[in-house]
Amino acid sequence: MSITAADVRAWIGAYARTISEHRVELVKLDTAIGDADHGTNMERGMKAAVEKVDATDGDDIGALLKAVGMALVSKVGGAAGPLYGTLFLQMGMATTGRDSLDLAGWAGALEAGVKGVQARGKAEPEDKTMIDALLPAVEALRAAEGDGAALGDALHRSAAAAEEGMKATIPLEARKGRASYLGPRSVGHQDPGATSAHLLLQTAVETFGGAERR
Amino acid sequence: MKKLINDPDAVVREALEGIEAAHADKVRVVYDPMMIVRADAPVQGKVGIVSGGGSGHEPMHGGFVGAGMLDAACPGEVFTSPTPDQMLEATKAVDGGAGVLHIVKNYTGDVLNFEMAADLAKGEGIEVEAVVTNDDVAVQDSLYTAGRRGVGITVIAEKICGAAAEERRPLADVAELCRRVNDQGRSMGMALTACVTPGSGQPSFDLGDDEMEIGIGIHGEPGRYREQLAPAADIVERLATAIVDDLPYASGDRVLAFVNGMGGTPLIELYIVYRELDRFLQGRGITIERRLIGNYITSLEMAGCSITLLRLDDELTRLWDAPADTPALRIC
Repeated sequence: MSITAADVRAWIGAYARTISEHRVELVKLDTAIGDADHGTNMERGMKAAVEKVDATDGDDIGALLKAVGMALVSKVGGAAGPLYGTLFLQMGMATTGRDSLDLAGWAGALEAGVKGVQARGKAEPEDKTMIDALLPAVEALRAAEGDGAALGDALHRSAAAAEEGMKATIPLEARKGRASYLGPRSVGHQDPGATSAHLLLQTAVETFGGAERR
Repeated sequence: MKKLINDPDAVVREALEGIEAAHADKVRVVYDPMMIVRADAPVQGKVGIVSGGGSGHEPMHGGFVGAGMLDAACPGEVFTSPTPDQMLEATKAVDGGAGVLHIVKNYTGDVLNFEMAADLAKGEGIEVEAVVTNDDVAVQDSLYTAGRRGVGITVIAEKICGAAAEERRPLADVAELCRRVNDQGRSMGMALTACVTPGSGQPSFDLGDDEMEIGIGIHGEPGRYREQLAPAADIVERLATAIVDDLPYASGDRVLAFVNGMGGTPLIELYIVYRELDRFLQGRGITIERRLIGNYITSLEMAGCSITLLRLDDELTRLWDAPADTPALRIC
């Protein structure tokens, strides 16, 4: 009932494929309220992340996540590079030396990552950013942990919370990031960062769902 | 959209190779990580000045590397901030022992990446100060948002700080001067057309033949307002009023007036803009003491312009007049 280093490797690979599949959608969302590069930049970054993970031996989950973070920081650029880079670097710090994670371990890692994103980007809930998908996901994980839920169920609940948070960005007026320059014209569009963040958690369900059986 | 390129994925690199081939007397180009560095860097005892940002704004910033202006520029992908490893290497390459100033335009990506780079550089024992420019009056300023964009004043700040660094003034002074230029500067831009990034091949927004966008940034993002196209005199009045009333600039002020093309507007139109701006400012009792007219901070092939004003004093005027010898701006 835990997430192994092999699962984490699979998750990173699956997220890279998911980003490629959604590249056009992410670019479209970013064209409406940003600068039309989110899908392209994330695809470039995740490709580098997969290469970095493949080049990292061993089953230290922290080392794998830090490798992803460093690849994103040096390959993505824009705001997404430092923000997603920080997410993975902080998750890596929280899991250094661990070769498997239970629900509490996973929730703690994600929480540390999201705290890092907030410290770096200074976004609050409802600023219309990736935080609007990530924070509810952490809260759902913690709630599931409190309920004594199984890992698979908890992952489902966190992805569902992220999806809800992502959709809730549509009516918001952006207060952070490039969309904020549009003021009221940012209303009515789904935030691209919240969308890629939801995909990350959705991919976790799909990859780690099998962890239930071990 | 037709473009004069070989391969959409090689645009930034091939342009750098062109700069290297053309200007080897002034700059050297590094490809991994990407940066343009003054040929004689590091200059011992001089504050190093580093800027950077997405590509697609040429000649900013790489065109301003050279004596009297920048020591290094870090180009990102088109309209994408460069990364901390580029900025760290550039900072190390230009540190002549007097510390390094980062001039950062206020865009979330640029600010975050430069923050990470400054942390890394300080970790290696290099003194770094960062100044964030935010002169665009089209964006409402607020503590709770990303705030105003950094646009035209950045070019002027790079020139004036470059001159101060050549005088061997200490890092704290050069940074303070940069903040003063930013504080005394205001800008606003407009577009007649969108632009097309080589990667997407699509216009960044759809604009009718009889429409314009007022209050645009420099990344093909739409403006604050979409309006019916108007004569140049009306457009200049609209932009200049917003700029002058914001600081505000008052009767008796002396200014540097910067009429900037967005990349797709010919100089003949920019001079019409300058004519209208000159008349408008005269009407407000404001004297243009120095001026810069041309394409300096662009948004690919976007048609349109931006106006930047800087309130001058004797020191800023003297530093503006000091020599600069860069690929894109020469003052002698």
